Amino acid sequence: MKLITVAGPPSSGKTSVILKTIEALGQPAGSVGVVKFDSLTSFDHQRYDEEQIPNQTAFAGKICPDHFFVSNVEGAVEWGLKKGLSVLVTESAGLCNRCSPYVNGILSVCVIDNLSGINTPRKIGPMLKYADIVVVTKGDIVSQAEREVFAFNIREVNASATVLFVNGITGQGAVMLARHWQDAPEIQTLRDRKLRFTMPAAICSYCTGETRIGEIYQMGMVRRVEFDDV
Amino acid sequence: MKPIDYVAEVSSVPLGEILRRYPLVADYLANIRLNGVDETRTLPEVLEDIDEDMLEEFGLDREEVIYHLSAFLAAFSPVKSSVDEISSITILGGRDKVGRPEMVELTVTPGEVVSIVGPTGSGKSRLLEDIECLAQRDTPTARQILINGSVPDVNKRFTSGGKLVAQLSQNMNFVVDLTVQEFLEMHAKSRMISDSAPVVEKCFAVANALAGEKFTPGTKVTQLSGGQSRSLMIADTALLSSSPIILIDELENAGLDRREAIKLLIGNEKIVFISTHDPLLALRANKRIVIRNGGIAKVIETTAEEEQTLRKIEAIDSILLDIRNQIRGGGFVTKDSVPEFQER
Repeated sequence: MKLITVAGPPSSGKTSVILKTIEALGQPAGSVGVVKFDSLTSFDHQRYDEEQIPNQTAFAGKICPDHFFVSNVEGAVEWGLKKGLSVLVTESAGLCNRCSPYVNGILSVCVIDNLSGINTPRKIGPMLKYADIVVVTKGDIVSQAEREVFAFNIREVNASATVLFVNGITGQGAVMLARHWQDAPEIQTLRDRKLRFTMPAAICSYCTGETRIGEIYQMGMVRRVEFDDV
Repeated sequence: MKPIDYVAEVSSVPLGEILRRYPLVADYLANIRLNGVDETRTLPEVLEDIDEDMLEEFGLDREEVIYHLSAFLAAFSPVKSSVDEISSITILGGRDKVGRPEMVELTVTPGEVVSIVGPTGSGKSRLLEDIECLAQRDTPTARQILINGSVPDVNKRFTSGGKLVAQLSQNMNFVVDLTVQEFLEMHAKSRMISDSAPVVEKCFAVANALAGEKFTPGTKVTQLSGGQSRSLMIADTALLSSSPIILIDELENAGLDRREAIKLLIGNEKIVFISTHDPLLALRANKRIVIRNGGIAKVIETTAEEEQTLRKIEAIDSILLDIRNQIRGGGFVTKDSVPEFQER
């Protein structure tokens, strides 16, 4: 089974890109599946169900979505193998712009949209920097110049990634992304593979349910801003 | 140049001099929050004083920064950013919606304009898409696109990041909050043009010449009218975009001198495809592709008679334009506004 990890800010068009790329793959129905990692709610399963794509949704709830992803992705792979899938896609929303649910040796795709601001690529951290392929969506409604500058800003952060433009509505460009998916390596398990980047640190009193504000309530990994002296 | 070729330079030359040699490095440093450091020192010296935890947030340690910046410089070295010469593009027919083969082989060279005509929903956009992704019989139409007479290599097709093809459609807008001047400078910078002032100035002048109503360099791009936006997009695509092929999805008449717009693109040796319903645009092309039922029904070369008739159609068009201006200016339309037609 091939594993593809897709990440990207909320509402950047991940689900649409995945749906169009699955269509462009042209594999037999039911052989490509999706596991969606989300925080609180998600309506994407309806869209996958409509297309009769095997799918599972996992909610992180109060757990850091990145930590949640890495502790469940192995289970996702096992599910995909049991289902007899030929391609499994994981989809996760990068909520803090730092998330990078990417694993060494696994094709990593980052989806960002052209409408999010010309400097967005410079603000997204490891999620963009460690991706193999950066997919840019919503390019059909901005000017050619803005598309070019956007792609340039992506290359400034991640010079080695392949940048592809995909229209999530018409599917334009999905053929090229599908070609990259076809070349992804076959895997049997993720055990002992390593993440490309460390996950956000998160062991402080608020992680364990503290709600009160004040220094005396704070323990563990806490970082304070040094504001200017006035 | 490979990344390794830059390591010694990056390690030993003071940052101020590095920035002078490679202005883009300012962006690189800003992206990892290293802007505002002492530029009289070298990068390794600067890094000594930087908190490793801060670098770690970007997935880097001190040594990696040096290699990463070297890789950045290699990626943006001039050799890599140039686009290969394109001397022709060829469309080999596939099949239409019912599987009937298209008996077409059409080669287009720089400076040529091809229009694409046909009813709404007949498949004009699909043809533009096939050109954009350099289809190799792997799209629903099974068409094949050749570059310079041969199959483009896989790398060019899948990694060029859309560089071969620039697109322009009526749906496109400016979304960035910048003035016209800043916008053009930003685009020039991304093209690694070291002295951008002349090309920015030219681009502005040309865009203004195309636009029906004038605008200033200080106008916000988001505040331009439809015609002004289109004019700026065309001037920018002709003069600042590296893409040799331009796909245009309809170009409306309002506030834009389309004849000059197309001349500008041809003059800059672009290969232009225009999908259109407008007879003036369709006939101004050297050839037109007629789409029917998802397939290319035929390719027509604009005849001498059509070129002559085009002048008459233009005359009719300018009559309509005059009437529009009369009404816009609060005037009345008179019987004399429309000349008598002899025939018909």
